[in-house]
Amino acid sequence: MTDLETRAAVTVGAKGGRRSPFGRGAATARRFAPERRRNWMLTVLLWLCVLYFILPLWWLLVSSTKDNSALFSTFGLWFGGELSLWENLQTLFTIRGGIFTRWLLNTVLYAGVSAVGATLLAAAAGYAFAKYRFPGSAALFSIILGAIMIPLTALALPTYLLFSRAGLTDTPWAIIIPSLVSPFGVYLMRVYAADAVPDSMIEAARVDGAGEFRIFWQVGLRLLGPGLVTVFLFSLVATWNNYFLPLIMLNSSDLYPITVGLAQLQSAASAGGGSQALFSTVITGSFVSILPLVIAFLFLQRYWQSGLATGGVKG
Amino acid sequence: MSHAPALDDERPTAAAPQKRRVSANQRKLNRAAYLFITPFFVIFVAMLIVPLGYAGYLSLFESRLIGGETFAGFANYVRALQDPDFLASIGRMALFFVVQVPIMLGLALFFALALDSGRARGSKGARLLIFMPYAVPAVVATLMWGYLYGPDFGPIAQIARSVGFGTPDFLSPENILGSMMNIVTWEFVGYNMIILYAALRAIPSELYEAAEIDGAGQFRTAWSVKIPAIRSAILLTVIFSIIGTFQLFNEPSLLNTIAPDAITNSFTPNYYAYNLAFINQELNYAAAIAFLLGLVIAIVSYVVQLNEQRRARKERSGA
Repeated sequence: MTDLETRAAVTVGAKGGRRSPFGRGAATARRFAPERRRNWMLTVLLWLCVLYFILPLWWLLVSSTKDNSALFSTFGLWFGGELSLWENLQTLFTIRGGIFTRWLLNTVLYAGVSAVGATLLAAAAGYAFAKYRFPGSAALFSIILGAIMIPLTALALPTYLLFSRAGLTDTPWAIIIPSLVSPFGVYLMRVYAADAVPDSMIEAARVDGAGEFRIFWQVGLRLLGPGLVTVFLFSLVATWNNYFLPLIMLNSSDLYPITVGLAQLQSAASAGGGSQALFSTVITGSFVSILPLVIAFLFLQRYWQSGLATGGVKG
Repeated sequence: MSHAPALDDERPTAAAPQKRRVSANQRKLNRAAYLFITPFFVIFVAMLIVPLGYAGYLSLFESRLIGGETFAGFANYVRALQDPDFLASIGRMALFFVVQVPIMLGLALFFALALDSGRARGSKGARLLIFMPYAVPAVVATLMWGYLYGPDFGPIAQIARSVGFGTPDFLSPENILGSMMNIVTWEFVGYNMIILYAALRAIPSELYEAAEIDGAGQFRTAWSVKIPAIRSAILLTVIFSIIGTFQLFNEPSLLNTIAPDAITNSFTPNYYAYNLAFINQELNYAAAIAFLLGLVIAIVSYVVQLNEQRRARKERSGA
């Protein structure tokens, strides 16, 4: 909301703008009451486009309620046959001794630990770059900016070799440690901290005798809220959705995250002509696996939208 | 990047002893700053710099059946630059970049402008729904589109058949690149839209109120006021798209199971490097491919940035 407010504030001072006798109120009202100039053609066009983004997910939802034969015999975008969502879920969670639950928990563990760690590391570094001037800060920061461009997948191969020498492949650490680095997160936190943490507050805390670490922990982190949520969510998505790294690092299917597990189920489904029952399991599994992130984004939208705003604007 | 508001404690003071105390204070602050960045940098060096160096080192060796690893100089790079499979995969990604990225970013920009104009009903809901695919893992997105494309129970084929168009073959060798472009577009339009939308919200409204008074319509305002104002955000989305395109892996590797004829093992450079390393056991050559791929990404990003800077300079001097 802050950008709306600054925009309204700027309008008041604008020279040559429509001078309204009502000052700020009227200028703000124009921004907040655009209904009068709604354009139905734009509305129709926009919502037609929304269909493109939402229909595949709708298909996924509909298909996860069908059994395998209904999948082949009924129209894909509408319910048909018997409602077998419950049976599909039962199959999904009991297949191969309930391994799907295991995959889900692995994903939650990897993504959760990585995201918390990456956020804290990025917050500390970004805060330091924004609020301290120290020798070498400019050079170090440009190294981080350059690193945003390093194709991470190109690094996966040497990382795998290094990890296998250290005996870390096929352990959760092989997924978590590489996911802790988020150069873009540091950049975002720096831009965010520069605005969100006033120097005067840090000064005041210093005068009160607080140490630097305590200031960061108690003053800084509290003010960085939306920025933290943004970096957390995007690190969470990055690890949650990662397929390449776990694919090369992990051998035992007990350690698989959901992405690698689903891919394995899928290749079993399309390879084995006789085991076609797996299709509905793969589809139901796909549907279940996207629910947590969709819900997280829905509930936290206020935070990530304002956090991203900072990053995109100053980029 | 020069606007870093640092805590400058070195206010000019007359007394000499006080000055020394201030610089001791500054030392303390420096120490704190280094402590704050150390945890990040330890992992940064271990997980980015060291593997990068190691890949470079590996790429200079060759492993032979007899004699083990021997130094090969740039032989792997020479081989890669003459490898038709590698060159074809780079060409394929260049085509992908030239066709898919403008479509994706054009759509993202259109949605961002439409939402920002406030003229469409329910734009808040539309924004969220367009963004939703970003939360879907690429693995799930590819599996799902694979089924949607499928000739048996894919709804697209069902509709096409019922209208009498026959069954479209999205997974044939000729069409698979286009099908993949569609999957990537579906996944990332929303993400780019949010970045651009956020940038649009931050434009001071005096900029387009002036244009409105001059009688400029919505399209004119968008074209000559709003788009120039969010240039740096557009550049950011272009750079991210370059990086994303050239390292495509998930989509080809999953489509390979349903369309093995269309996806060769060198369909994208990254998929090729993976197959070389883990199927063919040619680690050194794979490292060279990965390194070259990074180089291609760096060069393309650099050229795009340079171009943009030159254009901005020209416009400023022309104005």
